[in-house]
Amino acid sequence: MTLASQVLVPRLDTDAPVPALSIRDISHSYRERRALVDVSFDVPRGAFAVLLGLNGAGKTSLFSLVTRLYAAQHGSIAVLGFDVAREPAQALSRLGVVFQARTLDLDLTVMQNLLYHASLHGIGGREGRALADDTLARTQMRERAHDKARVLSGGQMRRIEIARALLHRPSLLLLDEPTVGLDVNARKSILTYVRELVAEENIGVLWTTHLIDEVEDGDDLVILHRGRVLAKAIAGELVARAGAMNVGGAFERVIVAAPSELDA
Amino acid sequence: MTSSAVTKSGAPARTHFGLHQYAICMAGIVWREGLRFLHQRERFISALVRPLVWLFIFAAGFRQVLGVSIIPPYETYVLYEVYITPGLIAMIQLFNGMQSSLSMVYDREMGNMRTLLVSPMPRWFLLSSKLIAGTAVSLLQVYAYLVIAYFWEIEPPTPWGYLTVLPALILVGLMLGSLGLLLSSLIKQLENFAGVMNFVIFPMFFASSALYPLWRVQESSPWLYYVCQANPFTHAVELIRFAFYQQLNVRALAIVLACGIVFMAGAILAYNPAIGLSLRRAG
Repeated sequence: MTLASQVLVPRLDTDAPVPALSIRDISHSYRERRALVDVSFDVPRGAFAVLLGLNGAGKTSLFSLVTRLYAAQHGSIAVLGFDVAREPAQALSRLGVVFQARTLDLDLTVMQNLLYHASLHGIGGREGRALADDTLARTQMRERAHDKARVLSGGQMRRIEIARALLHRPSLLLLDEPTVGLDVNARKSILTYVRELVAEENIGVLWTTHLIDEVEDGDDLVILHRGRVLAKAIAGELVARAGAMNVGGAFERVIVAAPSELDA
Repeated sequence: MTSSAVTKSGAPARTHFGLHQYAICMAGIVWREGLRFLHQRERFISALVRPLVWLFIFAAGFRQVLGVSIIPPYETYVLYEVYITPGLIAMIQLFNGMQSSLSMVYDREMGNMRTLLVSPMPRWFLLSSKLIAGTAVSLLQVYAYLVIAYFWEIEPPTPWGYLTVLPALILVGLMLGSLGLLLSSLIKQLENFAGVMNFVIFPMFFASSALYPLWRVQESSPWLYYVCQANPFTHAVELIRFAFYQQLNVRALAIVLACGIVFMAGAILAYNPAIGLSLRRAG
């Protein structure tokens, strides 16, 4: 079946401001330990949002709930208006994910990895191959299509993982600390590439990180600390409001001003 | 019917999945498992060497010691090698089922498992596809073993036996694979897999009718006989033994089916996001 022959559903074609990701009142605990408390924020389409927090802030827990690796105990999460718990197929088919750990199958070639991913979304045959080719071209990795994933550098693997996450044309791209373990050049390259994607493809991006220098003034910034959202604003505005010199300074002031019970 | 929505970026995000998409997804999972199997030649060789060592050394050595009287489905006295072949076939499938669970734990630790579980397909379907893929691999191993065994003059009474044993092999593969899936959800780390060898594989294999007929077990130890009867692996072996001789052991079939359903239901529950047992443990 060709793409053109597929039935179109107008719900997502409207210009209604349905956010790419909507998180409402999410709370989650691991036995006695509260990992997330009343977390709420949106990621609009065409926005680059950074979820900034120290290690252990709850970023990966939130990431796991959004990707439905397990279910939230309280609150709701919607991808383009589709509730992750009640409409998982609709929500997950609009979601592209890059996990913190490397998830390429090292024994398979780049193309085989992409085709496997396509099949997990019910896309096969010529359509899957065409999408894989197109995605590789867009990420400038076409010449590595038949290389084993094992021989790629860390930066190239990340690029392929991003290509894979984009293959089924999601509306929301989640990246969990995607630059961990990469050198400075590779980090910069990946970050620039994803920012371009936001501009060119109008997708929403949620980029989780603990690296402050990855935040730019125009980004939507959400600061997560000990499972709670302490601030959400355009990064430049937050810096001005906090009276800081830069995002790092603003982050420190927000953390220092946090209620002391959060540190308990 | 399949439908899809086109996003502003021209995105073909699907809203519903039809049979065709399910078939593509399952084929993709089986294809990947097959590729991994081909890349791991040592896995194939060790899967063959293990039962062949039992056949060529253990069975040959014990041929004179362990007599097997005429019991169904056999109508004449059979060599000990012939008797233990169904048990060795089931052993191949047992090890393969556990190997699959090992690879699930490995995938979970390495993160590959997450790419599978964030697929929009239902989780029960993804796990079932994984199970079918593992069973298909076990069939390759079993028939490779049967080819070698043929040259050792171990064969069914008629060549049809190779065909009639196939449904039994599929059912046993699914049952043992489901057990592997369930175990993979309970194992925290790869290192704990040694415990599976000690507490699952060896007891299941030895406390069964794989190596000796149950009437002999009953003579020597009545309680062990009941343990063997309660062991689903015993019934897996008997299902294969009868099917190889073009006969159906209804009791074995019922028990293998029931155990397969229970194990699979347990695995689906354990991988349910609302319970999230395995993933929560994995962090």
